[in-house]
Amino acid sequence: MRTLREAMIVFRYQSTLLLREPVWIIMGLVQPLLYLALFGPLLEPLSKSSGFPPGDAWQVFVPGLLIQLAIFGSMFVGFGLIAEIRYGVVERMRVSPASRFALLLGRVMRDTLMLIAQATLLVLVAVAFGLRVPLAGALVILAIVAMLGVALSSFSYAAGMVLKSEDALAPLLNMISVPVLLLSGILLPMTLAPRWLYDLSRANPFSHVVDAARAAFLDDLTLASLLAGLLSAAGLAAVGLFIATRTFQRETA
Amino acid sequence: MIEARGLARTFQTRTGPVEAVRGVDFHVAAGEIVGFLGPNGAGKTTTQRMLSTLLSPTAGTAIVAGCDLRKDPVGVRRQIGYVAQGGATNPMATVDEELVTQARLYGMTRHAAEARAKVLRTELDLPDLGQRQAGKLSGGQRRRLDIALGLMHTPTLVFLDEPSTGLDPHSRANLWTHIRGLRDRERATVFLTTHYLDEADALCDRILIIDHGTIVAHGTPAELKRRISGEVVTLTIEGDGEKARDLVAAQAGVRDAQLAGNVVRATVDHGDAAALALMRLLDGADILVAALSVAHPTLDDVFLTMTGRSLRDADAPGGN
Repeated sequence: MRTLREAMIVFRYQSTLLLREPVWIIMGLVQPLLYLALFGPLLEPLSKSSGFPPGDAWQVFVPGLLIQLAIFGSMFVGFGLIAEIRYGVVERMRVSPASRFALLLGRVMRDTLMLIAQATLLVLVAVAFGLRVPLAGALVILAIVAMLGVALSSFSYAAGMVLKSEDALAPLLNMISVPVLLLSGILLPMTLAPRWLYDLSRANPFSHVVDAARAAFLDDLTLASLLAGLLSAAGLAAVGLFIATRTFQRETA
Repeated sequence: MIEARGLARTFQTRTGPVEAVRGVDFHVAAGEIVGFLGPNGAGKTTTQRMLSTLLSPTAGTAIVAGCDLRKDPVGVRRQIGYVAQGGATNPMATVDEELVTQARLYGMTRHAAEARAKVLRTELDLPDLGQRQAGKLSGGQRRRLDIALGLMHTPTLVFLDEPSTGLDPHSRANLWTHIRGLRDRERATVFLTTHYLDEADALCDRILIIDHGTIVAHGTPAELKRRISGEVVTLTIEGDGEKARDLVAAQAGVRDAQLAGNVVRATVDHGDAAALALMRLLDGADILVAALSVAHPTLDDVFLTMTGRSLRDADAPGGN
């Protein structure tokens, strides 16, 4: 209970600072909205080709965009932490009796809430473009996005805490995010890929998450892929939180 | 308030282990302002980070504000305030957002935190700046905000790391007044690191001098200065120089007297008291004293004596 209270204090502090500069929230939305407007229509003819998964172009494309939003919206929050380390804010909080987990959780909560708000807005805009989505499916996909947000922001904070340098963090995150993105079928479904590439993508937990997100949009909540995706997202969130908590607890971090 | 026993910290680096602090023993009594003096890299900040639970000692331990550093670090954190060298504020946050958030992390209610923030802003000359962003404060104001952040939960012990680094002379003098106020008004014990000799001299009841991770001397500023060389009384006389020198040398409390031209230099224990006595002595012997001065040794002289090098010369960029 004490930890949750402390996390809420950090959440409030971080949210206040974020809302003071809402330009970053808007900037995070620009890229997926551009993809939606300028890339989405290209997929409509493709949806009739063989190998294209069930559902129309928007039902296949928008889940991928939401996962992309989760990846790029959360993976770079470590840069903010590095700035806070430089300001001395992190050390100031670490010398207080507040739990290290709470100092992390408050930040992750802020990032996740912002991500859910962005994802909701993106879905609403996609509906205007022609997306048909059941409410239950939309809620499931928002849950998946939230779990990915927890996982990736935790990971980013852990990396930022260890590296303490934007110059070191940027190549690390790019090195990870690009293969994760390409091997998850976010932009185009991996069912269109050659066999070796499809097999390789199965080793990427994000591909299961993307499949689950698409299943949720088809309102097929009983699919095995949905379960695999939810478990993958939950597993990533648990691992991310565990690693980041350990990093926040380390004295030299 | 602090009882350190064999406190040591070794860092593992690519070139091998580096002993930043080598088993230091010292104590700090409640209500004292104690200065930790030494050049960059001497081990000041490492010691302070260990005492404030930001670093674990590799050997030894300490009781800090009644709590065992190793067994009860959270207990230590509840009792101490820590003001880091490089500041501790987000430039985007307002003064009150910073103060209230910090207080709430110590378990204070929002109402109590806001009331405390108002009191501290007044005490630290930031009365109307509650809604100003930290990035828009002057250097001196930001430093006082850092100190306020360390005081929000009314700690019994405050650690200040190089409190006046980067401040102009006016802001430094103002800050010193506030640091004295920590003890006088807040009843806090203050443990500050500095490599400014005048700061240690002006502020501290006691000084610990650390060099190469070892405490090489401790005492009050006056004790430390007396311990090394005494004070020098210089008398410019008109009359028999040799007679004057002999009279001065025979006076109680004079360690040594030298004559150079018409100037007698006497090394004494207490310069101010001796100066008056020596003037009367020479006056009684019909020797006119045309000029008189008393030179007090500096803490740099102490450092030179204890370590074989000047603190100013030893001061080089680098971490601790």
